[in-house]
Amino acid sequence: MAKHALRLVAVAYVLFLLVLPVILIIWRTFGDGLAPFVEALTSPSALHAFKVTLTVAGWAVVANTVFGVVTAILLVRHQFPGKQLLGAFIDLPMAVSPVVVGLALILVYGRFAPFGGLLESWGIQVIFSTPGMVLATVFVALPLVVRAIVPVLEELGDEQEQAAHTLGASRLQTFVRITLPGIRWALGYGIVLCLARSLGEYGAVAVVSGRLVDQTQTLTLFVEERFQNFDQPAAFAAATALALIAVVTLLLTKLLRPKDRIDGN
Amino acid sequence: MAIEVRDVNKSFGTTPVLHDVSLDVAAGSLTALLGPSGGGKSTLLRVIAGLERPDTGTVRISGVDATRLSPQRRNVGFVFQHYAAFKHLTVFRNVAFGLEIRKRPKAEIRKRVMELLELVHLEKLADRYPSQLSGGQRQRMALARALAVEPQVLLLDEPFGALDAQVRKELRTWLRRLHDEVHVTTVFVTHDQEEAIEVADTIVVLAGGEVVQAGSPGEVYDNPANPFVMRFLGPVTEIGGSLVRPHDIEISPGPVEGGSPAVVSRVVRLGFEVRVEVKVGGHDAWVQVTREQADRLGLGPGDTIHLRPVPGARSLALAL
Repeated sequence: MAKHALRLVAVAYVLFLLVLPVILIIWRTFGDGLAPFVEALTSPSALHAFKVTLTVAGWAVVANTVFGVVTAILLVRHQFPGKQLLGAFIDLPMAVSPVVVGLALILVYGRFAPFGGLLESWGIQVIFSTPGMVLATVFVALPLVVRAIVPVLEELGDEQEQAAHTLGASRLQTFVRITLPGIRWALGYGIVLCLARSLGEYGAVAVVSGRLVDQTQTLTLFVEERFQNFDQPAAFAAATALALIAVVTLLLTKLLRPKDRIDGN
Repeated sequence: MAIEVRDVNKSFGTTPVLHDVSLDVAAGSLTALLGPSGGGKSTLLRVIAGLERPDTGTVRISGVDATRLSPQRRNVGFVFQHYAAFKHLTVFRNVAFGLEIRKRPKAEIRKRVMELLELVHLEKLADRYPSQLSGGQRQRMALARALAVEPQVLLLDEPFGALDAQVRKELRTWLRRLHDEVHVTTVFVTHDQEEAIEVADTIVVLAGGEVVQAGSPGEVYDNPANPFVMRFLGPVTEIGGSLVRPHDIEISPGPVEGGSPAVVSRVVRLGFEVRVEVKVGGHDAWVQVTREQADRLGLGPGDTIHLRPVPGARSLALAL
């Protein structure tokens, strides 16, 4: 009996928090057929928002992939002073609110901050521009690749790498031929997670972008702005597009995850 | 000398692991580093391979100072206890790895790898992945992989340690035969004295981070440098304040010159060998005799007998 009650609570919880809102969004989006949906998403502002989102997320994924692999190898394979501190810092973005991240970035890179002013004098504008948005997104999605790889690297151990060294492989050759194939599924998983997080980021980007329509407006900012301006069809269409992207990435992670277990046997 | 190790010291943090270790390994020999776990033998092997850097001291390989060379440039073959198989590569690609790194022509690689796979009897499994092999097969693959680059020395770190007893015995004999065919200077680490005696032509006993004794298996067994080596290399028992091998003791029913009186406490028949457990001067000892001897003496619990080392037996006086 208690089991059934528990099951009911769980189902109701998921229903009201997740299923119902998503179904309603989809319902509202496609309520008048496919044409308004396509029309809303092909407006110049929407297309521009797509472009900005892809640019920002793309750079953030590249940066976090490189940083993630290097950091994970440092954390697992090397001993150095400050290692524990680095490990703790990696997880910081999980705890800090994205809005705080945005404000902190403005404090460092803003036009009236010393460092931001210096960059500005060289003609590099960070805040209210793409670099700032990339920085904010990188920060927010920082731990995802690292945390996906670290356990797999630990389980892999370093004997295969040592064997490769004794067989004459350089560090780079060992990384490309031995380490990378060993972590490939975990890396793929981390990248997909990082991409999903980057596409959906709102808070930090909202602060550093300045929300300039047709300039620094990402898809999430577009949804919010359209909604505020009572353009509900466009807001719902973009929201549905974001949700669909999320579902696809979720499916991708499901595909990548079991393989990782087989791989690490 | 194929390998010359001079005055090597190594500590991990504050724990000393190797203390002034010097070692010569003759070209073409098959040498066992034998000792209890924690004795520093694996660390010494890894220092020779360049996988660990000594704090002080030098390592020369084929006359070249290799102390500061990375493992990549030492041209040593290393075989790990847990195989370190490249899981994502087939048996063929595993063995070919070192040759591919050296950018040898494809045809040459194919020929050499197939030769080696035949040598280790894995030619039929070339397309399998390591996860599809047994432990013994994986270790033979690891050996072929190490041999593929024609190393100056072959180093094996407890190569049979992860295998079950039956496969262990087979691989031991097989390693000895392989060495007789290939003649590459080989050093292997083991804590199993039987393995060392059976396979090696030189045994180096390491304990507490120091070389305690080095010599042929016969020398080390018959002339142990100290009670520790004697105990480690084979069974021992104590009579009259000396350590003696239990098979080097003579039993007489009556008093003999130089003999010690003893009381039989138990007679255990282990097939051909009979273990006679006795009490001598208040402590336990045992004597190994053949079944025929035991039958002739008609020993039973409670009998009083007299023991003395057989003429020519090696015994070590224990410091009292």
